[in-house]
Amino acid sequence: MGKTTLLRLVADLETGASGQVKADDNAPLDGRLSYMAQQDLLLPWLTLRENANLGARLRGTVSADVAAKTDALLDRAGLSAAADLLPAVCSGGMRQRAALVRTLMENRPVVLMDEPFSALDAITRLQLQDVAAELLRGRTVLLVTHDPLEALRLGHRIHVMTGRPARFGDAIVPVGPTPRQVSDPRLVKLQAELLSQLANAARETAA
Amino acid sequence: MNAASLIRPLVVFAGLVVVWQLVVLVTAVPPYILPGPASVVDAFGGRFDTLMSNAGVTLIEILAGFVIGTTVGMASALIMTYFRPARLWLMPVLVVSQAIPVFALAPILTLWLGYGMESKIAMAVLIIYFPVTAAFHDGLRRTDPGWVDLARVMNATRRSELLRIRLPAALPALGSGLRVAAAVAPIGAVVGEWVGSSAGLGYLMLHANARVQIDLMFAALFTLAVMACGFYFAIDAIARRLAPWQTEISIEKEDR
Repeated sequence: MGKTTLLRLVADLETGASGQVKADDNAPLDGRLSYMAQQDLLLPWLTLRENANLGARLRGTVSADVAAKTDALLDRAGLSAAADLLPAVCSGGMRQRAALVRTLMENRPVVLMDEPFSALDAITRLQLQDVAAELLRGRTVLLVTHDPLEALRLGHRIHVMTGRPARFGDAIVPVGPTPRQVSDPRLVKLQAELLSQLANAARETAA
Repeated sequence: MNAASLIRPLVVFAGLVVVWQLVVLVTAVPPYILPGPASVVDAFGGRFDTLMSNAGVTLIEILAGFVIGTTVGMASALIMTYFRPARLWLMPVLVVSQAIPVFALAPILTLWLGYGMESKIAMAVLIIYFPVTAAFHDGLRRTDPGWVDLARVMNATRRSELLRIRLPAALPALGSGLRVAAAVAPIGAVVGEWVGSSAGLGYLMLHANARVQIDLMFAALFTLAVMACGFYFAIDAIARRLAPWQTEISIEKEDR
């Protein structure tokens, strides 16, 4: 089981595995989560604004409220000026921010993120992590990533997945509020530990 | 479309006319084999009303065939996408129907539907149906699976997933199908007219040929060519309109 499969199972997009996905309150997750993939998955025939409230469009619930909320979130993601552009003319960073706004517009308590920023350059990635950490506060976010720094900046509990099929390691719990600063010495130290853990895991898988 | 892209085909056309005139002058070929451009223009002017009334008949056949063929084709593609049994049963029928040359069916259609427009419209429908169905069906099936997942997590109904994601995503593919249909529709209509009819440009060509009015035959041929080109470009413009985001991408790439 890979990390993408794990998220797809939680989102009920994948079948065929045994076991159960449970929330703390034992209520079903259907309708309570939103999903953000590695690709932005923006629809090329809709503007960034229309893409941002795609959920409401699909459910036929677009209203003045939704429109106002869309504009407010686009503004916080720094996309006000680009709201009426088609995705084709936008940069990868803008597109991924629009995808983030679309995820937030769903206003679901659980957010699944599958390497959401991995296709971006380092600086854009750091900026988007800041935006995401701020806008996603108060929600349960399950984020899978290949980037140890991303995990350490954003995570409250970090599990390393090792082996095939994958198992979870014990949680690493970085201190301090998110998003943590890259220059934080505690973060630098944790990153070294995490990297050596990942190296061990890679050796284990290969053996 | 810029000025250069309009001028280029005109220059090519003028060049061909010059070559044509030269061939007639140099070889002194008799006019009942190859009439010169001037006599074709004469025939066009002298028999203008005859040409136009027959062109009208052919145009109606093409348009009716196109509308019916694309409508039925799109409906079939939708049904095949959403009902597995329809896909399993209809696909082989579609493929086999293409193995039979439509030309071979023309005499049968004329026998059944008569010498009027109906048999020609049926020919055009038959020839259009496959490219439209195949292209649209492909487009509907090849929706990015990520978009479908997204719609499911967003609790979209099947209907709104179809209308807001699958259909728009399939429009570029449908556009290709419509372009092919626009190019082959006149073939269906004219072949139908050749087999048996009392009006239309195909009929006029056969009729003029039998009476050795080769200049009129050429005039009819050019009328047909102009009409078919005009029809193709009109459909091409509509197909672009269907998926403007696509042309925007390609223009951007050309600029680079």
